[in-house]
Amino acid sequence: MTSNQPIIRIQSVTKIFNRTVTAVDDVSLDIAAGEFFALLGPSGCGKTTLLRMIAGFENPTTGRIVVDGQDMQGVDPNHRPVNMVFQSYAVFPHMTVAKNVAYGLKVTGVANSEIQKMVPEALQLVKLGGFEHRMPHQLSGGQQQRVSLARALVKKPKVLLLDEPLSALDAKLREAMQIELVNLQKSVGITFIIVTHSQSEALSVADRIAVMKDGQVKQVADPLALYEKPNSQFCADFIGKINQLEAEVAGVEGKNLVVDIRGVGKVVIPHEGHAEGRVSLAIRPEKVELNAHEPGDERVKFLSKVANVVYYGSTSQVFLENAAGDQLMAEIRNRESNTATSILIGSEVWVSWKAADTLVLTE
Amino acid sequence: MENWRDNKLVAAILIVPASAWILIFFTLPLVIVWVFSFGERGPQGQTFLAFTLDNYARALELIHLGILWKSIWTAAITTLICFILGFPLALGVAFAPARYKNLLLLLVILPFWTNLLIRTYAWIAVLRTRGFLNFGLEWVHGKLDALFSLVKLPDVMGTFQPLALLYNHSAVIIGLVYVALPFLVLPIYATLEKLDRSLMEASLDLGAGQWRTMAFVTIPLAFPGILSGLMLVFILSLGTYLTPVLLGGTDSMMIGNLIAQEFGPARDWPFGSALSFLLLYITFIILWIRAVVARRSKGVSY
Repeated sequence: MTSNQPIIRIQSVTKIFNRTVTAVDDVSLDIAAGEFFALLGPSGCGKTTLLRMIAGFENPTTGRIVVDGQDMQGVDPNHRPVNMVFQSYAVFPHMTVAKNVAYGLKVTGVANSEIQKMVPEALQLVKLGGFEHRMPHQLSGGQQQRVSLARALVKKPKVLLLDEPLSALDAKLREAMQIELVNLQKSVGITFIIVTHSQSEALSVADRIAVMKDGQVKQVADPLALYEKPNSQFCADFIGKINQLEAEVAGVEGKNLVVDIRGVGKVVIPHEGHAEGRVSLAIRPEKVELNAHEPGDERVKFLSKVANVVYYGSTSQVFLENAAGDQLMAEIRNRESNTATSILIGSEVWVSWKAADTLVLTE
Repeated sequence: MENWRDNKLVAAILIVPASAWILIFFTLPLVIVWVFSFGERGPQGQTFLAFTLDNYARALELIHLGILWKSIWTAAITTLICFILGFPLALGVAFAPARYKNLLLLLVILPFWTNLLIRTYAWIAVLRTRGFLNFGLEWVHGKLDALFSLVKLPDVMGTFQPLALLYNHSAVIIGLVYVALPFLVLPIYATLEKLDRSLMEASLDLGAGQWRTMAFVTIPLAFPGILSGLMLVFILSLGTYLTPVLLGGTDSMMIGNLIAQEFGPARDWPFGSALSFLLLYITFIILWIRAVVARRSKGVSY
């Protein structure tokens, strides 16, 4: 088998609960070996159901899941080459840390001498060396998380599934664990699939992200492409913050699109692909510039009134309202100590951005 | 807002009725029985207050110990059968789809809605010589007989002899199992219901099959509930009175019946009291064992 064959193939998988609720709707995905893949979406989008189908806790209503070339149809969870880290950690409360980690080896008949060697190694890997004889209730949430990780990794699975693994940790620990997860994944070389509702978590850990909504995959892309080139209003809005303005396509000039923005007028925007009729123009807040004087050409620009300024330390968010009454938000860096205070609420400023940064979203 | 516990008057008003009730109708009679257990029986069956251990000595005589022993093993067998029947039932209810769960739970507690006496009489109707069970067996017998006649083998089955199902110790155990089963199912169901499903899933995920998951994860984690259920059934069966009276035969006397006999026809209240306290001490020992076990597994959050 060649290494570039996907480790997981999800082929038109649909899951319908109780004959009425479609949790996963005709999803097809290929996940490459060694990849750190994220399933991202709001709650109820079907991402956890998809993960549970890979683990074997749910069966697809239709479609096929292939892991490492083997069709998983009818294969029980205990016979699949995948392991899972549960959202609640699911660390066995009646076993010591060492027994938790040894459990998966013991039940599959690994020799005791082998277990004695592998358990400390696995605990070392997640930086829990010396915790062998602790009981789970003596551990913090983050430590239980690590036990859960060690317990799954010690099985040397083809794929590690992580169901919202960091959602119960506090913000600082979560960020540290994100970095650690990435390092861990690189060092063990196992394919990781993480389910998360946090776009920042997906962006920071994953090599590739599938954005899901209502059981469907809306876009699969690497973090940069997903952020810079979202293919739909939903993805643009779900990943980070974005301003959207209504516009009408007025014509095509070579590779450029002429659009008529409400309350602003006609603007020329580079755009590949087809667009007509009503579209949505989107711009990331950090790409919006504010100037006291009219900026140069090749920029989308208009005058707006400052509605509010919210100070966040390193950045400030400036809320604006243009002549047509549309709302916008600009995120500016507080380079000077008086950057935020120099923008007066109620004053008029020039709002502008590079025409090339404008996203034209048709759906 | 003020916490009602901080207001002494309100707290007293709320606490006094229940405390008084327990004191007057539970603690006080218990104390009286305890005092009686050291007393003496007068020639006409009166109870004279005294301090003698004769009643306890009599309670520990072989004939009475025999009855006590019989009660203990009857309760033990009942508990075992209840567990064999009840644990799978509790599992089934706890892991049933959500929409059936309440219905199944209702079916488990449904017997409580009818008086125990009536339910026990219903068992008489089932078990007696001309009862439903024997009718059913007779019908099957008849059909089999007809079948064998068809293949030219008449009289292979012989004539039907109704089984003597009632008025023996088996009937008592059947009746006790029937009465006690919900008391085993409910506490086990309650612990299983609270168990984090992902613990079982984690076990499966790590390569254990259903049986190993049951043995290594589900049962150990449900153990407090299992223990509670077993003890409830055991204590309940140990002190039973009604079931042996209605379903049992001449050899079915249990400690509860002996106590009733001493307080009733024998008019020997001091001896009855001593027997009662013997039963109570056994119950205390069981509860103490449970507490010790619970303390050992303390700190484990289920």
